[in-house]
Amino acid sequence: MSNIVAKMVVLGDPGVGKTSIVTRYVEKRVHNIPPTVGASFFTTKVNIKGLAVELQVWDTAGQERFKAIVPLFYRNATAAIIVFDITARRSFDNMKSWVSELKRNSENPIILSIVGNKSDLSDKREVTRDEGLVYANSVGASYTECSACNNQGIDQIFSDVARKLIQISGMVPSYSESDNEENGTMFANATDLNATDTAVTETPSWSIGSIAHGQVINKGCC
Amino acid sequence: MSAEAETNDVEPGAAPESMLIISESSENLQNMSSSLDEIKKMQPDNQDENINNVDPDDYDDISCNTIATGDDYIKDNDWLGKSKHIFVLSSAGKPIYSRYGNEDKFASYFGVMQALVSFVQADNDSLKSIHVGNTKFVFLFKEPLILVSISKTGESVSQLTAQLNYVFNEIVSMLTLSRLSQIYQQRRNYDLRRLLAGVERLIDSLLDFSDSEPSFTLGAVKCLPLAASIRDTISSAIVQSCSKIKDLVFAILLANNNLITLVRMKKYYIHPADLHLIFNLVRASESLKSAESWTPLCLPRFDSGGFLYGHVSYLSEDCQACLLLLTVDREAFFTLSEAKQKIVEKLRRANCLEGINESLNVREETCAETGFPELRHYLYKCKSTAQFYQPGVGAPYMSDYGRLLTLYRRAHQRLHSTSRPLKLLYEKSSDEVLLAWDTKGFELYVVLEPSTDKSATIALIGKLLTWIKKQEDRLFHLNAPTF
Repeated sequence: MSNIVAKMVVLGDPGVGKTSIVTRYVEKRVHNIPPTVGASFFTTKVNIKGLAVELQVWDTAGQERFKAIVPLFYRNATAAIIVFDITARRSFDNMKSWVSELKRNSENPIILSIVGNKSDLSDKREVTRDEGLVYANSVGASYTECSACNNQGIDQIFSDVARKLIQISGMVPSYSESDNEENGTMFANATDLNATDTAVTETPSWSIGSIAHGQVINKGCC
Repeated sequence: MSAEAETNDVEPGAAPESMLIISESSENLQNMSSSLDEIKKMQPDNQDENINNVDPDDYDDISCNTIATGDDYIKDNDWLGKSKHIFVLSSAGKPIYSRYGNEDKFASYFGVMQALVSFVQADNDSLKSIHVGNTKFVFLFKEPLILVSISKTGESVSQLTAQLNYVFNEIVSMLTLSRLSQIYQQRRNYDLRRLLAGVERLIDSLLDFSDSEPSFTLGAVKCLPLAASIRDTISSAIVQSCSKIKDLVFAILLANNNLITLVRMKKYYIHPADLHLIFNLVRASESLKSAESWTPLCLPRFDSGGFLYGHVSYLSEDCQACLLLLTVDREAFFTLSEAKQKIVEKLRRANCLEGINESLNVREETCAETGFPELRHYLYKCKSTAQFYQPGVGAPYMSDYGRLLTLYRRAHQRLHSTSRPLKLLYEKSSDEVLLAWDTKGFELYVVLEPSTDKSATIALIGKLLTWIKKQEDRLFHLNAPTF
């Protein structure tokens, strides 16, 4: 039994690695991913401190011609992962329009997680971490860089979303120190930053105000 | 010979009702164009469909960095040596698709193609084809697109035109005709490639598919051979699991480019050409294997004006048959997902998954293996149900199926030539004997050993038809189940 069930949507340009990220997490593998047709549906469970969060994930196709149907998938979503490719400036710019579309159209406040994929290709990087971070901060989103290819930072994206879902559901009073201890990746600290260029979650403006507008999700709903 | 056929009450594979619509070669897309509206009107709570409303400001033209010279390709023997080029351009001459090479590199050719078409059009005429040596240049102008085929394959103009029609329909199936026209009404210079990102792959696949398969030429589909009892169980499992779902128009189960079953809403039929597009979508989209998908899909012959929504999934890890549930309700994913689970459970309990797998794993018997040693290969199409059957390919065509297809295409063209259609064709060469026969109920194309004489051929055909008749409930889908 899951304590929390939530809908999540994955958005972003074609080829940034949306499906790779999802299958890396859900199926623990990444193969040569063909382009998605329409949207694919996955379910997965994330366990956080004894609470099970079931995520129903809509992995959408990034291609322009599918744009018209994307509202079907984000409309009832509680969380959104918006992916760009750190080696493609264009995907970063387009990612911003997804964020504003979400903010404009989703009925409920939504947990936003901005993800810069392909951190294994950092020598071809076109978007700096700071840029990503500053932008994420400005829209009240968390920011993670990951590599679906090398399996770095993927778990964090999902556990981060799950954690926030738990938090807004009120099942765990609020974020606590012990939480941080259990999963040391919640907040990046200086040593993390220096050690590697991948897989760092930073959560700017962590406050109830920036995320906690969500509605309570009752046990066993959806 | 005809006496032999008439002794059978009905031709093999015929059924009182067909699940497929059967129209010979109507190019008219507006055939059933009100289908979607009709289905939706049956529901009181009519949701407004605004998916086709394009805001012109949403589209910026991608700057077209065309290089005006095609020199690179003119000198490229590999490119020049391709047996069939296919190009798609807008009526304003903007490149949209090329089967080989990067279309930006020979944008000037597109200009020439557009000029040729519009020059002839200026006289209220239309350019169909240009013949140079053994190369045919075939043009198809379907507002707002121009499609061109340059072929050395020996296919006839009408066959090449039919293939271009398929390419056009593939584009329509991704966008709908209404949206396509609307885009160009708003901006004549629009670069369609932006909206068609990823569709090139589908068109590539469609061309390879139709070049390597007789089903497109025949305008028919092939069924997976299955015992009638298994096929019926599968159909009724689908009917039972979906009977309460409103707005579900078609349920299609296919495997390995063969149809297993098709259940349809009463009154609505699917055209084989639309089914071919569905086969192509499944064939070309590996991603469908990894998860349940939800995708809009326009079936141009069914209704070119709007989308159906498809729940697409493979039955299970251990049974690679693909199930498509097509509805007009864009919100129906979870209902259909549940129905799919029910269908799979039912099929598993009834051992149908094994039945499908068995048939998928067995190589189709060749003529020799079914007791016709003089027969090399044949195509049998039942006209009333738009289904065909072909046996496994044996010697001497195993390594050269293409040659066999060329023979069939040529024979098909002789039977369907607009100026002088034949009913019966018998051709003897040093390589083989070819017989093609067009009757009211069926078309038959047979390739025999070159030593077979006429009377032996006729006797064999009679035997073959009897054999097919005996096997018909395994080789064909004779029921037309409805929800």
